Amino acid sequence: MSRLRHIALLLAVLLCLGLAGLAQAIEPLPFKNEAQRLRFQHLTSELRCMVCQDESLNASQADLARDLRLKIFTMMQEGKSDEQIKQYLVDRYSQFILYDPPLQPHTWLLWFGPGLVLLCGAGALWLFVRRRSRPDAPAATAGDDNW
Amino acid sequence: MSLGRILPLAGFAVLVALFGFGIWWNTDHATNYVPSPLVGKAAPAFDLPRLQQPEQRVAKSDLLGHAYLLNVFASWCFACGEEHPVLMAHRGSLGVPLIGYNYKDVPDDARAWLARHGNPYSEVIVDRSGRTAIDFGIYGAPETFLVDAGGIIRYKHIGPLTPDIIADELMPAIAAARGAR
Repeated sequence: MSRLRHIALLLAVLLCLGLAGLAQAIEPLPFKNEAQRLRFQHLTSELRCMVCQDESLNASQADLARDLRLKIFTMMQEGKSDEQIKQYLVDRYSQFILYDPPLQPHTWLLWFGPGLVLLCGAGALWLFVRRRSRPDAPAATAGDDNW
Repeated sequence: MSLGRILPLAGFAVLVALFGFGIWWNTDHATNYVPSPLVGKAAPAFDLPRLQQPEQRVAKSDLLGHAYLLNVFASWCFACGEEHPVLMAHRGSLGVPLIGYNYKDVPDDARAWLARHGNPYSEVIVDRSGRTAIDFGIYGAPETFLVDAGGIIRYKHIGPLTPDIIADELMPAIAAARGAR
C-alpha cells in the first residue's frame, strides 16, 4: 500500500518535471547565465498573466504572456532592475498584474482581512469556552444545547 | 436567549451575507475587467504601419490636434465580430474619427475581414508583433481608447462596445474630451 503510494508520488513528480521541461523547450530565451535565468523565472512567477488571470506569466502559454516574457527579457538585457520592470508593467496593467500586492491603504483588507477573521473566531471561541467552563453558567443547565 | 444559541445563527447570517455579496458582485461586474491605470495619462508614443498602405506609417504625433477613438481589433477575435455591427452603425454619430488598431493579426486576414464585413474605420494601423500593445496595456481585443486632442487617454473600455455602453459611457466621455479642447 505504502509502496504503491510512493510510486504514484514519484510518477506525479516525474510528470511535473516533464511538463516543466516541455514548457521551457517551447521558448528558449538566450539568457546570459544561470543567475539571470533564475532571476527571470522568479520575476515572471510573481506576475499575473492578464488573459488567463489564474496563471503566472511564467506558467502561461497565452500569446500575451509570451509577449510580456519577451518584453521582460529585453528589459533585463537593458539592465533594468526587477523593481523598474514591475513598475513598467504596473503603470500599464495596474497592480492587478502583481501576485504580491504592496501594502497600501486600499490593500489593507486584503492583507489584514484573514487575521481579522481569525481574531473574530478566536474571540468567539474564547467566549464560548469561558461560558462552558463556568459550572454555574446557565448554559450548563441547557443539556440539549449540544451543537 | 443565550449567547450560545445566537452565535451560530450570527455566523450563518454573516456567511450568507458574504456569499450573497459574492454572487451579486460577480453578476454585476465582469471579473476580467481591470481598470486601466493609463486613463488620464498621455497615450504611449507609437509609430505603426497603415493596413492599407503598409509603406506608410502613422505616429502618435500625426494624430494630435483632434480627439479620436482607437479600437483594438483582430480578425481572429470572436468578440470583435460581435462588436463590428455596432461600430458600423455608430461610426457616423460618434463625432470623432474611429481608428482601428489591428492587434497581432495577419495583415491579409485583417484586410479580408474588413472587406467581408465592412470597414468602420477611417484609418487602420497595424501592430503585428503586439509590442506597442504592451505600452498601451492591451491584454485582449476588443478594447477601445478615447484619446483627446492633447494625446491624453480619457476613457478606456475593455470588451465589445454595445449601444448601451456607447450611449451611457462613451458619448459623455467624447463630449467631455471635445469640450476640454
